[in-house]
Amino acid sequence: MSHISVRNLTVAYNGHPALRDVSFDIPDRQVTAIIGPSGCGKTTFLRCLNRLIDVNNSVRVQGQVLIDGEDIFAPRADVMSLRRKMGLLSQKPQVLPMSIFDNVTYGPRLHGVRKRAQLEQIVERCLRMASLWDEVSGRLRAPAAELSVGQQQRLCLARGLAVQPEALLCDEPTASLDPISAQSIEQLFMELKNDYTVVLVTHILRQARRLADYLVFFYMGELVEHGPAQQMLSNPSDPRTRKYLEGVIS
Amino acid sequence: MSSSSAPPDMQPPQMRDGASAGPPIDADRPTGGRLRLVMDRLVTGAVSAVSVAVALLTVSLVVALLVRSLPVLGLQSLAEMITGTVWHPLQGKFGFWPFIVGTLWVTVLAMLLATPACILTAIYLAEYAATGLRAVVRPMIDVLAGIPSVVYGLFGVLVIVPLVRDRLAPAAAEHLSGVPLLAPGKVSTGYCVLAAAVVLALMVTPVIISVAEEVLRGVSPGVREASLSLGATRWETVKHVSFRIAMPGLIAAVVLGFARAFGETMAVLMVAGNVAQLPGSLFDPAYPLPALIANNYGEMMSIPLYDSALMLGALILLVVVLIFNLLAELVLIWARRRSSQ
Ligand SMILES: Nc1ncnc2c1ncn2[C@@H]1O[C@H](COP(=O)(O)OP(=O)(O)OP(=O)(O)O)[C@@H](O)[C@H]1O
Ligand SMILES: [Mg+2]
Repeated sequence: MSHISVRNLTVAYNGHPALRDVSFDIPDRQVTAIIGPSGCGKTTFLRCLNRLIDVNNSVRVQGQVLIDGEDIFAPRADVMSLRRKMGLLSQKPQVLPMSIFDNVTYGPRLHGVRKRAQLEQIVERCLRMASLWDEVSGRLRAPAAELSVGQQQRLCLARGLAVQPEALLCDEPTASLDPISAQSIEQLFMELKNDYTVVLVTHILRQARRLADYLVFFYMGELVEHGPAQQMLSNPSDPRTRKYLEGVIS
Repeated sequence: MSSSSAPPDMQPPQMRDGASAGPPIDADRPTGGRLRLVMDRLVTGAVSAVSVAVALLTVSLVVALLVRSLPVLGLQSLAEMITGTVWHPLQGKFGFWPFIVGTLWVTVLAMLLATPACILTAIYLAEYAATGLRAVVRPMIDVLAGIPSVVYGLFGVLVIVPLVRDRLAPAAAEHLSGVPLLAPGKVSTGYCVLAAAVVLALMVTPVIISVAEEVLRGVSPGVREASLSLGATRWETVKHVSFRIAMPGLIAAVVLGFARAFGETMAVLMVAGNVAQLPGSLFDPAYPLPALIANNYGEMMSIPLYDSALMLGALILLVVVLIFNLLAELVLIWARRRSSQ
C-alpha cells in the first residue's frame, strides 16, 4: 500500500465545492504531476495534504487523507508534525524576513536542534542539495530578500529540505522563474525523487512530460483520470483528458 | 512598398495601413504637450506651497510661544525654571519640574499599561479571531476611539478613582510598604498618577489596537504559510515572522498612542489630583503640563508674568513632544532596517 492515499476527499469553500469525491493513491518516491485547467482545484488539493487549508475558516473538508494509514484530518492528528513531513514549495518564493542562514535553520530550530555545529552542517547540506551553496556560501548572514527570485526559490527548497520531510508539495514552483532557474529547479526534482515523494502542480504540459512518473488530471473539482505518465500521455482514456492534452480546453 | 526589401512580417499589416491606425505617437513629445506640462507645474507648485504652509504653521507656533514667554525668560534663566520645584506665582516662582515629571509619569505609565494589552489584542484580532467575532469587535473599537475625552474623565472619577482609593491603595499600603514608587506615601484620595494613567491607557487603547491590527493584517499570507508549512505553531509564526515584518508599523502604532497621551488634557485633569508637587509614588497626585495650562490660563492674569510662564509651559510641552517624536523616528528607522533583514 502506498504512503499517501486520498479517500473520498471533498472540499467546499463557503458551500461551493472545489473538490468532489477525490480518491487515489500517490505513489512513493516518484514525481506525481497534477494537471488541469485553472480553478479546477489543484492548489486546494495540495493544501489539503499538509492541512494548510485549515487557515481558511470558511472551508469544509470531508473524506480522508491517509498517511501511513492514519487520517491526517482526524481530531487527534498532530498538524505540526504532519506539516513537517510534507514540505511545501509555493508558486512565488516566500522567504522569511531573516538571513539566508536563519531561513534554512528556521525549521530545525523550531523542532529542537540547538547546537551551532549541527545547524551549520544542516545549512551546508541543504543548500548543496538545492544547488545554492556555491552562490551564497560567502554571505550566509545576508538578508534572504537580497537574493534573486530564482535563488530565493532554491532557498525555499533548501529550507523545506532542512526539516527532513518525506514528501515535497510543489505548487507551480517554476511559474515565477526565468527559464534557467526553472531548469535548475526541474533538475533538482529529478535528483530528489529518489528520496522523496514529489507532488507537483503544473500548468506546463511539457514540464509534466519531462518530470512526471505519474499523472493526475483534475477537471472542475473532479478527478478525471490518473495513471502512469507514459500511458496517460500517449493514450488517455477520458475524452476530457484527451482534449486538455491536445490544448482544446485549458 | 511591397517591393521593399524588409520581410513582410516585420510589422503587423494593420500598422502599415494609414487609414486604420491612429496618428503616429511620438514618444518624445506627449500629446497636448504644452497644456499637460503647465498643469504638471501648477500641481507641483500647489502641493509644495501647501507643504511649506504646514511647516510654517509649526514654526510660527513655536515662534509665537517663544515671543510670549520672553518676559519670564528675561527674568529667570530657563534652566532654573525647568529644574525648579517650587510653583508659587505670587512670589514669582515658576518651577516647572513637578509638571514635567507629572506629564512623563502619567504618560509613560499609561503606555506601559496600554501597549502590551493592545498589541496582544491586535494579534488576537488579526491572527486568531474568527471572521464573525472580528466583525463584531472592530466596530466596537472604532466607537471607543470616538468617545470624547471628558466621558473618559467621568468614567475615571466614577470608577477608577474609587477603585484606587478603596482597593488598590490600601492593598499597596499593606503589601508593598517600603517599595519605592509603589508604596503609597500617605492616605491616597484616589486622584493620583495611577488613576490618570489608567484613564489615559483606556483612551489610547482603541487607537493603538486599530493601527496595530491593520499593520498585522498587512503581513502577506504567503510568508505566514511558509512558516506554518515548516511545522511552526501559530504563535511561533506570529513571534518570528509576522511580528518581525510588522515591527515598524507596530512601533508607529505605539508612537501614535504616545502622541495622543502626551497632549491629552481633559480626562487627565479630572483624575490626576492637580497638586503642584513632585509625586513620590503612583498613589500621589500629579499635575501634568496640559492640565496646568488648561486650569489656569485666563484666570489670575493680574499676577505679573503668570501668563508668560504658562506660555513657557506650553513651549516646554511642545519641545518634550518634539523630542519624543524625534526619538521615535530614530527607533522607527532602526526597526525598518532590522525588519528588512
Ligand atoms: N480561499 C478561497 N475562498 C473561496 N474560494 C476559493 C478559495 N480558494 C480557491 N477557491 C475556489 O476553489 C476553486 C479551486 O481553486 P484552486 O485554487 O484550488 O484552483 P487551481 O486549480 O489551483 O487553479 P490555478 O491553476 O489557477 O492555480 C476555484 O473555483 C476557486 O475559486
Ligand atoms: Mg493554483
